[in-house]
Amino acid sequence: MQTNPCKLCAPLGASLVLRGIDGSMPFLHGSQGCATYIRRYMISHFREPLDIASSSFHEETAIFGGRQELLEGIHNVYKQYSPKLIGIVSTCLAETIGEDTQALISQMKANNELPEDVEVIFISAPSYAGSHSDGFRQATKALVEQLCIKGETKQQINILPAFLSTEDLRYLREVADSFNMPAVILPDYSSTLDGEIWDSYQILPKGGEKLESIASMGSSLATIELGSALDNSLSAGSALEERYFVPNYRMALPIGVKATDRFLDSIAKITKNPISTKYSRQRGRLIDSYADAHKYISGKKAAIFGDEDMVVGLAGFLSEIGITPVLCASGSMRSNFGEAVSEVVKDAKGPIVIKGNVDFIDIEEDIRMLKPDILIGNSKGYAMSRRLNIPLLRVGFPIHDRIGAQRILHIGYQGTQQLFDQIVNIILERSQKDSSVGYTYI
Amino acid sequence: MDILQSRKKQVVRSNGQGMSIVCEKRSASGSVSQRACVFCGSRVVLYPIADALHIVHGPIGCAAYTWDIRGSVSSGPELHRLSFSTDLRETDIIFGGEKKLEAMLDELIDQYSPKAAFVYATCVVGVIGDDVAAICKKMTNKKKIPVIPVHSEGFKGTKKDGYQAACDAIACLVGTGSISGISPVSINIMGEFNLAGETWIIKEYFKKMGIEVITTMTGDGRVEELKRAHGAKLNVVQCSGSMMAIAKTMKEKYGIPFIRVSYFGIEDMADALYQIADYFKEQDRGIIERTEKLVRKEILDLNDQLEGYRQDLAGKKAAIYVGGAFKALSLIKALRHLGMKTVVVGSQTGNADDYKRLQALAEPGTIIVDDSNPVELASFVLEKDVDLFIGGVKERPIAYKLGIGFCDHNHERKIPLAGFAGMINFAKEVHKSVISPVWNLVPRRYHRAD
Repeated sequence: MQTNPCKLCAPLGASLVLRGIDGSMPFLHGSQGCATYIRRYMISHFREPLDIASSSFHEETAIFGGRQELLEGIHNVYKQYSPKLIGIVSTCLAETIGEDTQALISQMKANNELPEDVEVIFISAPSYAGSHSDGFRQATKALVEQLCIKGETKQQINILPAFLSTEDLRYLREVADSFNMPAVILPDYSSTLDGEIWDSYQILPKGGEKLESIASMGSSLATIELGSALDNSLSAGSALEERYFVPNYRMALPIGVKATDRFLDSIAKITKNPISTKYSRQRGRLIDSYADAHKYISGKKAAIFGDEDMVVGLAGFLSEIGITPVLCASGSMRSNFGEAVSEVVKDAKGPIVIKGNVDFIDIEEDIRMLKPDILIGNSKGYAMSRRLNIPLLRVGFPIHDRIGAQRILHIGYQGTQQLFDQIVNIILERSQKDSSVGYTYI
Repeated sequence: MDILQSRKKQVVRSNGQGMSIVCEKRSASGSVSQRACVFCGSRVVLYPIADALHIVHGPIGCAAYTWDIRGSVSSGPELHRLSFSTDLRETDIIFGGEKKLEAMLDELIDQYSPKAAFVYATCVVGVIGDDVAAICKKMTNKKKIPVIPVHSEGFKGTKKDGYQAACDAIACLVGTGSISGISPVSINIMGEFNLAGETWIIKEYFKKMGIEVITTMTGDGRVEELKRAHGAKLNVVQCSGSMMAIAKTMKEKYGIPFIRVSYFGIEDMADALYQIADYFKEQDRGIIERTEKLVRKEILDLNDQLEGYRQDLAGKKAAIYVGGAFKALSLIKALRHLGMKTVVVGSQTGNADDYKRLQALAEPGTIIVDDSNPVELASFVLEKDVDLFIGGVKERPIAYKLGIGFCDHNHERKIPLAGFAGMINFAKEVHKSVISPVWNLVPRRYHRAD
């Protein structure tokens, strides 16, 4: 049972991944509402057109199966969008009626019923079995499993991001460039969901990782997989390692000095190229700012909530600057969430409550007890922030009540710098406001 | 752009001769309809009943996506702004979710003391065969409040079938309360959702006219009021799609007649008040005069205020794509008051009668479309080179991406657009967007010399 959930359904995550591939169209095999609700929810965050097709189940479909709707739908999407890839994502309904969608697609392919110049792949993502962040991983894994082909080793790396902002994805590409190393980033929705203004309607927005690049991921030097609250069953990096012997470097999101060091060091090791001085300077400035501001935040308490990987990343960062993440909460259904948080908060002072599988009622209850100085999480925390009069720093997904969610940089020294400055300033503003003097120098 | 073969008859270009349009049809698979599902239809209608629990029985998505997403405000309790889900998991799918639902109702009713509870059945529940009605009955007996099943399995029709399911749920409440002391000049307001407080604006007019409002069922709605709804002498139905079913049921069962109105725009708002006044003129001799006085004063205030906006907006072109076609009619008229011309108009759920009226009202050459999709809409607005798009959240990025002004006329709006006061707000909203200098920089209006 959940009241005000802190998670969304798996097909949302899968649809987002499919939006991060060049010429790709997500197709939800289920009721019309699934596609429409997910579009509405994501549009309110990204503020971009975001088309997701649906097979629009009706009563007979639910009884007799959706083969006909699926086939008709694929052809309709093909006619209207001319996609290179159609990703069929199952929903609760299709899975519950026992539809073997994978078999249907294979059969259609074998019978030459599908258009020839489009890849059709299948992703199983019933939301009774996982959250939106699981759907994100399931889709990434399915793409790798269904599209990769073994080839000669290539001078390139794979980067598998978590559910990140478009600015974060641009940063990942920039990092790879700084090592002079081509990177396959799956997914890469940095342009498709944060595009320029258009002069004509782009039926499928430009950008996204190329299909041929995805096909070559089995030939890369290594994989960097972001997100430590992840087990092998959801890991595309593990799949690449098992099938194609591509070493997988799984790590927490690079938020904070230590986590970013680990991220950049890993790429340096894989590529045998040095870390750009641009980053070492950013690192130096970041630590310098830590020194400048440490007293303002020392011993302060934060409550973090949201997607598991974001929570783990933030928890590690807060621990290294002397803020105790007194509550680390997620709607995550993953069993290793607690362990992943515990690993990064060893330096933190005082007790830390770690809770997975929670809703916003649970979170608010804990916050009332723990009395943190700041809340850090998605915009769904606004209601409790308002009620409890504790400031909220909006990060991650969704952010439905502010502009610019796409442009928040969470990762790297630079993203950490931005988060750090904001956190310190929120705390300063509060103490300034609460002071009877109203100091103008702080 | 080629319109999909199966959709071709759902698009017409008005020629003044009332060409027929195909509507009320299932969405084509793969067409990216802007519609949602049966569940959505039920959820939007019942959502504003603020002192009831709204429990979504199913996996998490359906509840998560409908948490506090509408602008329906309450003057008191705010239970409707919470999102409750049974959060069905794999084992529930196999063994059934009845126990989970029952336990949840038991706990939440004790915790929140609601006046009623609605239990929405989602797709999965319709397949695994949970007996939601039986559990509701059991809990009604146990908790002594109405616990009402809403048969809103997503795949069992379209959004309109969801409206029907919501009306069926409301019908369970109507007729169960005392109707003593109700005025002979009394109405129920139907199909009004109190977005940004619109109901309060409308109710103020009725108060001035001397009319008692028994309930605005789905706007700042209360269970106790709904129970007394059968005591009203007239049902006033806005938003043709959503509440006609309950209006018809109440006519059959209680002999209460209904009229259809719209509160958007000057003529339609005035017309609504006059229609109602006319209905009660025998019971209340002074009502016509009071209504005329009210309308005269409101319009007098309005005209002066609108003039400034009109000067900037005259001759601009608009596209409208909204949920119900009845609203589109009012919007065309309201835009005319601003000197604007509608060149594209469509709806998710209009019926044949609605489209006939639209065609009669629309100027020749106007594109009229049923159950459209983003690809079509984008091509229509570009072809007609519109300055404004009126729609909801899903239409907004289509407009902005192409450098077109936008007015949100959907359930998320934060500014009241109904009533005479709403007409001014509407003008401001449209004006704010259409005259913005940012459009001078967008590619379709500004070509750099390089």
